[in-house]
Amino acid sequence: MESFFLLIGITLMYSTPLVFGALGGVISERSGVTNIGIEGMMVIGAIAGAAGSYFTGNPWVGFLAAGVAGALVALLHAVASVSFAADQTISGVAINMLAPGLALFACRSFFEGAAMSPIAPKLPKVLGESGLAGTPFVNLNVNVTTVLALIFAIIMWFVLYRTKWGLRVRAVGEHPAAADTLGINVYKVRYVCVLLSGMFAGFGGASVSIAIISQFTQTAISGQGFIAMAAVIFGKWTPFGAYGACLLFGFTQALVIILGGGDFVVPSQILSMLPYAMTIIVLVLFVGRSVAPKADGIPYIKGSR
Amino acid sequence: MEVSSEYAVQMHGIVKRFNTFTALDGVDLDVRKQTVHAILGENGAGKTTLMNILYGLYQADEGTIHMGGKEVAITSPTEAIEHGIGMVHQHFMLVENFTVTENIILGDEVCGAAGVLDMRKAREEVMALSNEYGFDVDPDARIQDITVGMQQRVEILKALYRGAEILILDEPTAVLTPQEIDKLIEIMHDLIAKGKTIIIITHKLREIMQSADECSIIRRGVYMGTVDVKTSSETELASKMVGRNVNLTVEKTPAHPGDVVLSIRGLTVKDDRGIEQVRGLDLDVRSGEIVGIAGIDGNGQQELVDAITNLAKAESGSIKMKGKELTNTTPRNTFVSGVATIPSDRHRWGLVLPFVVSENTVLERHVDDEFGKGINLDYDKLRSYTTDLIKQFDIRPVGCEDERMSGLSGGNQQKAIIARMVSSEPELLIAFQPTRGLDVGAIEFVHKTLIAERDRGAAILLISFELDEVMDVSDTIAVIYHGQITGTFAQGTVDENKLGLLMAGGEAK
Amino acid sequence: MSKLEKFLRSRFAAALFAVLVGFVISAVVLAVAGYDPIASFAALFNGSFGKPKYISNVIIKATPILLTGVSVAFAFKTGLFNIGAEGQYILGTTLATMVGVTLNLPMPFQLPLVLLAGIVGGAALGAFVGWLKAKFGIHEVITSIMCNWIAFYFCNFIVNTKTFHKPDSSSALPVNPSSYTTILGTWKKSEAGKEFLKGIPWLREILLKTDINAGFAVAILVAVIIGFVLTRTKLGYELRAVGFNRDAARFSGIPVERNIVLSMLIAGAISGLAGALTITGIAPHTISLLAAMESYGFNGMSVAFIAGCSPIGCIPASIMFSALIYGGMSVQQSLGAPSDIINIMIGTIVFCTALPGITPVLADLVHKKREERDDARTTKNGTPLPEKEA
Repeated sequence: MESFFLLIGITLMYSTPLVFGALGGVISERSGVTNIGIEGMMVIGAIAGAAGSYFTGNPWVGFLAAGVAGALVALLHAVASVSFAADQTISGVAINMLAPGLALFACRSFFEGAAMSPIAPKLPKVLGESGLAGTPFVNLNVNVTTVLALIFAIIMWFVLYRTKWGLRVRAVGEHPAAADTLGINVYKVRYVCVLLSGMFAGFGGASVSIAIISQFTQTAISGQGFIAMAAVIFGKWTPFGAYGACLLFGFTQALVIILGGGDFVVPSQILSMLPYAMTIIVLVLFVGRSVAPKADGIPYIKGSR
Repeated sequence: MEVSSEYAVQMHGIVKRFNTFTALDGVDLDVRKQTVHAILGENGAGKTTLMNILYGLYQADEGTIHMGGKEVAITSPTEAIEHGIGMVHQHFMLVENFTVTENIILGDEVCGAAGVLDMRKAREEVMALSNEYGFDVDPDARIQDITVGMQQRVEILKALYRGAEILILDEPTAVLTPQEIDKLIEIMHDLIAKGKTIIIITHKLREIMQSADECSIIRRGVYMGTVDVKTSSETELASKMVGRNVNLTVEKTPAHPGDVVLSIRGLTVKDDRGIEQVRGLDLDVRSGEIVGIAGIDGNGQQELVDAITNLAKAESGSIKMKGKELTNTTPRNTFVSGVATIPSDRHRWGLVLPFVVSENTVLERHVDDEFGKGINLDYDKLRSYTTDLIKQFDIRPVGCEDERMSGLSGGNQQKAIIARMVSSEPELLIAFQPTRGLDVGAIEFVHKTLIAERDRGAAILLISFELDEVMDVSDTIAVIYHGQITGTFAQGTVDENKLGLLMAGGEAK
Repeated sequence: MSKLEKFLRSRFAAALFAVLVGFVISAVVLAVAGYDPIASFAALFNGSFGKPKYISNVIIKATPILLTGVSVAFAFKTGLFNIGAEGQYILGTTLATMVGVTLNLPMPFQLPLVLLAGIVGGAALGAFVGWLKAKFGIHEVITSIMCNWIAFYFCNFIVNTKTFHKPDSSSALPVNPSSYTTILGTWKKSEAGKEFLKGIPWLREILLKTDINAGFAVAILVAVIIGFVLTRTKLGYELRAVGFNRDAARFSGIPVERNIVLSMLIAGAISGLAGALTITGIAPHTISLLAAMESYGFNGMSVAFIAGCSPIGCIPASIMFSALIYGGMSVQQSLGAPSDIINIMIGTIVFCTALPGITPVLADLVHKKREERDDARTTKNGTPLPEKEA
């Protein structure tokens, strides 16, 4: 029984950064901008979160700093893909190259040449540090970021499907020219969405560096951004769909940890492949059935159709 | 012309340049209130550019716009909407997976507190508006599920919802059946009676005669004058539009049909969404004849062509080329069996735009030894082969062998496709919307080439959404409706009313 | 069109501009962090070209990124984004090591087999991604990234297996020496060789202090062949047609799915070869436990983009990036500035190559300025001036 709750706890823990990353992907792609740079923005969020928390002693400052830093990196992507109609894939890839360099450079500059940050204060758990201690439910005392991720998913769903801004974002992602002729500023909508995307990715990074672990390391973010993108596709570009997909991917990571810890016959290196292999399998099974926003990845140039 | 409050819109001396190209060169337009004013011109003459300026999508480099006697500056669609201008674009500006109501309110939403949508109220408003004009639209239907005619009404409702007094309709009839066109003209007259003003962009003369009060003509960006439609004729309008006397009929000798070349039996094809679009279709095309398929877009034409060219899988039935089975083989097999196809969307299917012209002329034939032995591709051969085609088919600019295809005009791109297809001397030539977006001169060229190919002995399958084209060019006219051929007639034995009825699913009498 | 304008519209100008911006941004970052940018760049240059040994090392390090660059460029020209070069490279090193350790044949058999193993590994991974794209329509970027991590863990798995693990180390056993491509490998260590090299210090430095090997020559050959295949053969024509317009290619009877798989297979093979050449060419001639991605694939992408995806252009581009990466290490050694500045610079450069508009926009500006100037002159004198530059 206890290991069952452990499994759930770890699933929730590992799905949280994915959820933030995926929410970032959903909002960006819904407005018609592919954001392969989520991974890089998460890395930046991870260092900003750790540094912010370490220097102020307040993890919440770190969390907010991560959001701001992620959004700043996203601004680059927005300038390239919205204003310059650049190749969004190349721009995203460039950000994924730039961000780790920037993160490590910042880390070494902040912390006397070390490639990892010192231990920084962590964000609290939902029920406090010792909540449910001694009960079988101890592993359900999840990080506060886990709850935040769920709340953000609900808010995003509400905004996208129940408010005029959501209607506009979806219209811009499906048929920007139509939105433009109705006086909706396509560029502005896309800028806002890409910046939000960076903010969420930044939160995702921080939810690794100051919630799951308590420092920035070079390998804190290793492919989560890309798994989050797969979750966006699997989740049919909806906040709840993506949330569910992230739970699944989080579950495979939990399996890796739990199975890897025991006397299991499969070597840990092979087990470590599981989340990545799972992503491919899920894509094979579901990609044909989900349809991307029509204008996803296509730069909008005024006056052309 | 004097600026006066009698006019809903007056645009004077409009000049618009795109880099070095002058799209509009001092164009005037004076539209009286409560009239239907047509703007006539060939494809690329600048009609749509002029209207995009009025709608604020482009800014004019020179010129003035007055509305009701007052000068206005329109720098964005939002301002155009504020001035009571609404525009229905040729390619509908509708979000396919949104409902009718969502499309109509987009950008001017009905909201409660904090931007939360009030869909119930929005729906009521849309219903009220639809009923007022007798539009009969379903506010909850998704755009992708309703007919093109309905979609057009949604577009008009969108403009009316925003309080439009002046409606711009860009090529509104291009996709409609004759019956739907009649209904549209009825709606237009109804709108005029309720105080609206309508500007209609078109290159179809008959509709102007039927619906418009006045007509302004633009030729290659130059204003050619405005005529009173009542005192004018189709031929007068046509010569003003093209700048020379044009022959509106297609000249050809009677056909001498030979053996059946293409034979289709019981063909069933599904589209990407798994819906049957071709439903047990039978069709024969003989050598030396042009079979034209009339029908509204979306009745299985695309899937029929896809099945013949083996781009789509046939669920059942057979397609035979001179007795040889083509069904569910490969596109390559279709081509080597003697079928060449002019696709409907030349940019999507017909050309590799970043390739140079000479690379584009051998998309099928590059595998032939003629263009290099083994793995080698002989670019000199490619070039000399293309030079011949350029001469033979008058592709411009001369000497464009090494220029990117994207740099050629639409008409010349189409000529390049036709040259490539015809030069393989096919036994069956499929022409799917071969004149889409072309001007009168290029259309004539395409029609003449089709007839010449027929006279060479090829079988021609012409599929077009333009009923006039089918009626003028074909020797045999077949109507496609709901994935089946619902009637076959020899040219001259059927009128457009009867065809229109069949195209809309009515019974032939 | 003026010469300046023409130049600004060229691909070379775009590349130059990107490199320039890369240097400017890194200078700013360095200055903000409190390091002297000029001294850093001097150290960078000195560290990559200051001694024959350095130059030799730059070329050695250029070998894998030239190949992964050609791999990315080739795929890109055919409409595919081979972000998986990294994984293909890793799998190439892994399989090459496995075969090189297991077999011990004479060199003429051993070396080709080891290289082939690397090629097969990369090709298989590439083809898998291509197949996923052709058959299921899954974007190659995501699957490639996943494959990178799978290859990463596979490599670590192999290092830890009983068969291949080198005791008391974090690496696998080295491949048998008959797999080496080191230039004059045995001769240079022989008495005769040592004696001969005494007289030629620079050659001695290159041969004895670096792992100079035949890899770069192979890589150049591959770049030339790939360039030829793309522009002069029927296969290249079809692959490019598929890359530019899949629908039109299919419509004209070109087998699209087959070509997508083939393209990724070739791209993977090139990256796999890069891995195999590293194993055969550079000490310790084996794979080690990976802590993080080695970045050969990602640097290859930088090479490809700055080269405008021209395989031949990848040759100078790979040397430039190799110099940046190799020289970057001495920035840290001599000034203490984090060598990650090089990654920032490279990221910036790639980012700039993604912006298609900048140099043409400058060209437009030049064009406009000229017109205005000409207009002004025209109105002054009443007659237009004759065009000076053609």
